[in-house]
Parts: sequence; C-alpha cells; structure tokens
Amino acid sequence: MMKIEAIIQPSRFESVKDALREIGIEGMTVTEVRGHGRQKGHTEVYRGREYTVDLLPKIKLEMVLPDALVSRAVDTIQKTAKTGKIGDGKIFLSRVEEAIRIRNEERGENAL
Amino acid sequence: MKVAGRKCCLSLLLAVLAILLAAVPLVAQQAPAPAATSPASASSDSTKAITDKLAQLDKDVKAAQSAGDNAWMLVSAALVLMMTGPGLALFYGGLVRQKNTLAIMMQSFALMALITVLWALVGYSLCFGGNGPVIGGFEHAFLRGVGAEPNPDYAGTIPQATFMVYQLMFAIITPALITGATAERMKFSGTILFMILWFLFVYAPLAHMVWGKGGFLNASLGGKFPCLDFAGGTVVHISSGVSALVCALYMGKRVGYPKQPMPPHSLVLSFIGACLLWVGWFGFNAGSALAASSLATSAFVATHFATAAAALGWSGAEWLKNGRASALGAISGAVAGLVAITPASGFVGPMPALVIGLVAGVVCYLMVTKVKAMFGYDDALDAFGVHGAGGTIGALLTGVFAQQIINPIFGAGKPTGGLDGHWGQVGNQLVGVLMAWGLAIVGTLVILKIVDVVIGIRVPEEHEVEGLDVTQHGEEAYNLET
Repeated sequence: MMKIEAIIQPSRFESVKDALREIGIEGMTVTEVRGHGRQKGHTEVYRGREYTVDLLPKIKLEMVLPDALVSRAVDTIQKTAKTGKIGDGKIFLSRVEEAIRIRNEERGENAL
Repeated sequence: MKVAGRKCCLSLLLAVLAILLAAVPLVAQQAPAPAATSPASASSDSTKAITDKLAQLDKDVKAAQSAGDNAWMLVSAALVLMMTGPGLALFYGGLVRQKNTLAIMMQSFALMALITVLWALVGYSLCFGGNGPVIGGFEHAFLRGVGAEPNPDYAGTIPQATFMVYQLMFAIITPALITGATAERMKFSGTILFMILWFLFVYAPLAHMVWGKGGFLNASLGGKFPCLDFAGGTVVHISSGVSALVCALYMGKRVGYPKQPMPPHSLVLSFIGACLLWVGWFGFNAGSALAASSLATSAFVATHFATAAAALGWSGAEWLKNGRASALGAISGAVAGLVAITPASGFVGPMPALVIGLVAGVVCYLMVTKVKAMFGYDDALDAFGVHGAGGTIGALLTGVFAQQIINPIFGAGKPTGGLDGHWGQVGNQLVGVLMAWGLAIVGTLVILKIVDVVIGIRVPEEHEVEGLDVTQHGEEAYNLET
C-alpha cells in the first residue's frame, strides 16, 4: 500500500478529481493549504502599508492505494494537474504500514 | 320583569327626558344671533371673526411646520445613531484582525448604552443647560423641563426632547471614534472609565462652548470668538481625532507593529460600514439645520458632494502613487470628505463643497500613508489621520468658503466667511481649532493617567497576542468550523 500526497493548483482540482474517478479511484482526502516552492507571491497595500503575501493557496490530495494502482494514479494526477508554469505543485509517495476500515475492521488492501 | 322592571323603565325614561330638557338651552345658544343689533357692532363682529380665523391659520401653519421639522429631526437622530451602530462598528470591525473584531464592536455598542444614560442623568444639561462661557448647568439634570415644549434658544419648532435625543447621538459617536486609535490593545474596563471621564470633561465643555447658550465659541448665540461649526467639525472630529493621537502615543505601539503584517481581516465589513456612515451622515449634517428647511437641503447636498470629491481625491492620489486604486482607499477617502464637510455643511455652497472634499481626500491620504510612517505612531485605524486632520482642514476651510447667501448666521446682510470678504472668520475658526486641540490634548492626557492608575489602560502582552475577543470578552467572532 502506498500513500500519494499531491499538492496542486486549486484551479486544477476538479479536473484531477474527475480524471481519477475515470480510472476507478474515488476515495481521497482533500485539504486547502498554503505554501510555495519557487513561485513568487504578490504585494498587497492597505492605506500605504505594503505586505508581501508569499504563502499561496493550494489543494492537497491524499489517498492510500494498493500497489497495483499507484503508477496509473500518479500518471493521471501529473498529467491533469500540469499547467506548465511554476507553482504546479508536487507529488510525494510513501509506504503505508497498515490500513483498517472502521465500519467492519477489515485490514490490509481489502480496507482500501 | 314585573314591578322592578317597570320601575327601571320609568326611571330611564325620566332620565332621558331630563337630559333632553337640559340640552335645549345649549342648542339655543349655538343658534346664530338674531339681527337686532346696530350696524357698527355688526362689522366689528365680522372683523373679529376674520382676525380669529387668521390667528387659527397661523397656529395651523406653525403646527404643520413643527410636524415636518419634528419628523425630519427624529429620522435624523435615528440616522446618526445608525452611524455608530452598525456603521462605525462595522467600519472599524473590518479593519482589525479577526481575533479583535468583537472587542472593537463592543466598545461602540457599550458607548451607545453608556453615554445615553449619562446624557439622561446629567450630560444634556452640562452641554445645553445654563449660559456660561465654558460649561452648562444642572437645571436640566434628569431631563427636568425637557419635554414637548420647544426650547427657543436652540430649536424653536420641535419639542426640546427631540433636540435632546438628537444631540445625544453626537455625544455617542464622538468617543466611539477614539477607539480606532487604541484598537487591539486597550482594556475594556479601562475604555469604560476613560469614556465616562472624557465625555464629562472634554466633550461636554467643548459642546457647550461651540453649541451651548453663552458658549464663548458659539457663532449663533453671541460667542466671543464665533466659530462656525455646523455639525461638529471641532466638537466631534477634532476632539476625538486629536484625543485619539494622544491615546496612541501614550499607549504605545501594538506588539509586532510595524514589522508584523496586520491587514484588515474583512474589508467587506468595512465597506458596508462606510456606506452606512455616508447615508447616516445626512442625519448628522443636514439634521443639524434642526428643521426640515432649505438649509437642511443645502447641508445635505454639500455633504454628498464633498464625500464624492474626497473619495475620488484619495483614490486618484493612490492611483498616481501605487498604480492602483484600492477599495479601502476609496472608502477611507469618502469618510475623510464626510469629516471635513461636517463643520462647513450648513455654510458653504455645492461647488466649495467639492473643493473641500477634494482637499480632504488628498491631504488625509498623505496623513495616513506618509505622515504616520514618518513619525511612527500606531494610530491603528487612522482616527487621527482622518478625523483629527480632516476635522482641522474642514474647520479652517469653513472660514474660507462660508457665505451668507447659504446661511446668514451673523444676521441679515452680514458677511460670513472669506468668500463674503470676511477673512477674519478664518481667524475665529483657528481659535476654535486651537481650543479643541488644547482641550483634547490636556484633557485626554490627564484622564489617561487617572485611568491607568485606577484600572489600567493596556492589556498584558500575552492577552494582546491571543486576541481581545477571547481574553476581554470570552467570545470568538467567528465559529465557522462545523
């Protein structure tokens, strides 16, 4: 089992979600986050005082998948979330030790 | 129904007969007099009838005028209250950080309640009673003698109670403006004590001096240095704006100022507040005519024009400097214009109003962006930059632009301000301005010291960092998580 953590542009989220559904992946956790890699922020001015805002809004997708589905999911996310500009985001993969379904205590890949 | 019933009917019948008999002479008296009189007394009878009729018409016309005046004044009083709540509460509320939203709104609301009670007990009397040069008296304490009868010294066509309640709304908003400078760091208990003392010892004397009978700055009731202040440029804006600066300097900067970013948490709230201020201000300025008259119209128009010009002035200056016009700049400009036109509104024409607005918009923009940064004081919500500076500009320009054709305040045919050739009026305005500055500075310093010793002015640093809503009031403004 692998965990996919993808930080993407908010404007690409709906397309990514739809594309994942098309390949049979529906379960995910979505959070609104702020951050930046190399992308520059912007300046705001309030009554003459300037503020540099360099924490930019992004969407973080998290999902745990059986090994067999991982590479197709990563491909889909990467192709759909891409705009070609700095700020598109990143995908991280990590191994997951165990998964348990709360409703009926199923374990392992059956729980996913 | 036998015997008792018949006795009943009989007595009823007798009673009705008695009433009818008594009514006959009454009816006879109302019949027109017979013609058995001499010709001379007949014509004096008809003259008397005409004079009586005219007297009745005169009373009816006055009653109609009073009704119109009173209706307008009651609406104006409501509009001015709306300026504090929710106008100012929202305007300031949106400008502070989220963790301090309720605290600043609570300060305005508390004043709506507190000043009202003080006014009823003793405030109205101190401001508008007596005829001393500096302060009123106690003859209207507990609002004794303040009822349906007009007070001809102030407003001869409306009940004195209307005048009283209208003026109350000014007494409420003035101290509320000061909270803009002390925002995000002043103790609520300290605020309450400060406001009680400030109202009694700074606002009341100034209001009496400018608007009260015998007040030495009063322009219409024979003051020594007649200062033209139609709706409160000195009494409301200079006093609160300068006091705000004194408070900001005394209290010191907020933790993290100026390095830490502290942008407004909701300009939407501020926008709504500013628009409510604009609309409410018609009650503030046009209502100061104290009648539903052409002077009220003139003040209404001047107010509106100055505000528009000021918004454009501030936005224009910002566009030139930053390349963009901001929403905060536009609404701040509008407020600056409203402040500046306040003393002038019932004395200047529409074109001068545009000029006053434009000047205020640009100058207040510079005060808030350049001067504040230059001196480094933390006037958190620019109470001094907008009200102190705008009020001073407006008061001085009133002396320049006042015209007798708009308002012959010094008497028919007497010149009013510079445009009439009476440039000395600018000097009188300066006296009023200096008086207001002086009283505000000295009074506020003394009061701050007293309050600091008795209760304390500033919250501890950890409370300031955590936020006043939670630490002063035990609440959060937004509980948005499901």
